Amino acid sequence: MQTDNKSAGDNPAAAAVHDSVYDGLLGSDASAWAFGTDFDDPLAGIDTSIAADVNHEALAAYALMLGDDALIMSHRLTQWCSRAPDLEDDVALSNIALDLLGQARLLLARAAAADPQIVPDMPADSPVPADDALAFFRDEPQFRNVRLVEADNGDFAVTITRLLVFTAWRLEIFSALTRSRDTVLAAVAAKGVKEMTYHRDYAARWFVTLAQGTDESGRRIEAALHTVWPYVGELFETVGAEQAAVADGVGIDPTTMRPAFDGLLDTIFSAAGIDVPATSQMGGVNGRAGRDGLHTEAMGPLLAQMQSVARAHPMGRW
Amino acid sequence: MVASTALGRTLADAQRIAESVTDPEMPMLTLADLGVLRNVGITQQGSVIVTITPTYSGCPAMATMRDDLTRRLRSASFDDVEVRTVLYPAWSSDWITIEGRRKLREHGMSPPGPAATTGGPIPLTLSPPRRDISCPQCGSAQTELTSEFGSTACKALYRCADCGEPFDHVKEI
Repeated sequence: MQTDNKSAGDNPAAAAVHDSVYDGLLGSDASAWAFGTDFDDPLAGIDTSIAADVNHEALAAYALMLGDDALIMSHRLTQWCSRAPDLEDDVALSNIALDLLGQARLLLARAAAADPQIVPDMPADSPVPADDALAFFRDEPQFRNVRLVEADNGDFAVTITRLLVFTAWRLEIFSALTRSRDTVLAAVAAKGVKEMTYHRDYAARWFVTLAQGTDESGRRIEAALHTVWPYVGELFETVGAEQAAVADGVGIDPTTMRPAFDGLLDTIFSAAGIDVPATSQMGGVNGRAGRDGLHTEAMGPLLAQMQSVARAHPMGRW
Repeated sequence: MVASTALGRTLADAQRIAESVTDPEMPMLTLADLGVLRNVGITQQGSVIVTITPTYSGCPAMATMRDDLTRRLRSASFDDVEVRTVLYPAWSSDWITIEGRRKLREHGMSPPGPAATTGGPIPLTLSPPRRDISCPQCGSAQTELTSEFGSTACKALYRCADCGEPFDHVKEI
């Protein structure tokens, strides 16, 4: 430890009495406060032009579903903040949630720029930006996320197992999406790949650690897999909006990612000494599932919590 | 229209000012040290165009960086300032300058090693990463990873086994 700092007794400024413990931290330059400024358009200053032959509605629908996946997953992970088993994992889950929230903001803003029709109507002069309007002022049937991300966090084993499945799947898609003809999607993907490499390693290490840990942690991982696995099938189904985006060269067909996903999970399951679960898959209703706006019973309460403050203040400035 | 105050201003002036703006979360580093300042240009009309890139997608400091750049340049009488964001190529910790690395260490933080090369399948790392890191406080090589995630998106947490001090390591990305 460094011991050459002057003690407060030698330093009159440090001994000055402040009205608030925060006084004096910033000097006279209030703009130095990192989080006091407004949250503006995440795509501010970015070239958002769209190639002439790309279908704007399909691009918007595709960006929206990828953005909703990240938004809802981020919200669930945020619920661990201050409640994780230890401080390091609290920080880790919050960091991962922040990365995903950043991806969500960029993707929702991209969707809004490609097709402004999808943005909910706001009161005249409302300062709410398009990405916030999409996140906080859409109703459940307008959300396009997969159902995997909706359920309650469960215990730490369920959270880790879901995060593993989610990042393993999304990392494959983003890896391919770096070659999207849409330059914004390609750039968001290239950044996301770097971030999610850390997320996937984190989840995979914990998965193996829990599986190989005590009888209790092993039992919890087995139970977690049975909870999470029924939602894996939906990740690799292709919906109409994706097909249109794939045809335009801006989106990725998730079915083509299944072999890589299976290979990766085989490696992790093998290290964990766990068999691929034989649980049946959660079907849709009349062929409709998360991507079609049909969600599980967990989604309503989740949105109520996530949206209530913003909806109470449609003219709010944050 | 050429603003009279911008007359005689040079690109070098604008660059010098933009390069001196510091990062809101690691104020010992300038945006140039950190590698997020990508370009500073000036138009025939005297408008300054600054280009920055976020370190991480969720970096909450982007708006502050934009505000700080605009404020500093305006206070130097560059009346027309535009701050553009680029997402590609994605920021890499390799872009932290040698000077930036020196400042990190001087302030008790461990600078990043070389980032993994991108392209091809992304390797899964089931064991904790092994980094050749020395303690920024006492120089000991006996350091251990506490967490791959730290106080900001760009840091991992380490601890020195010799002096016992915890410290931040800026992650390779």
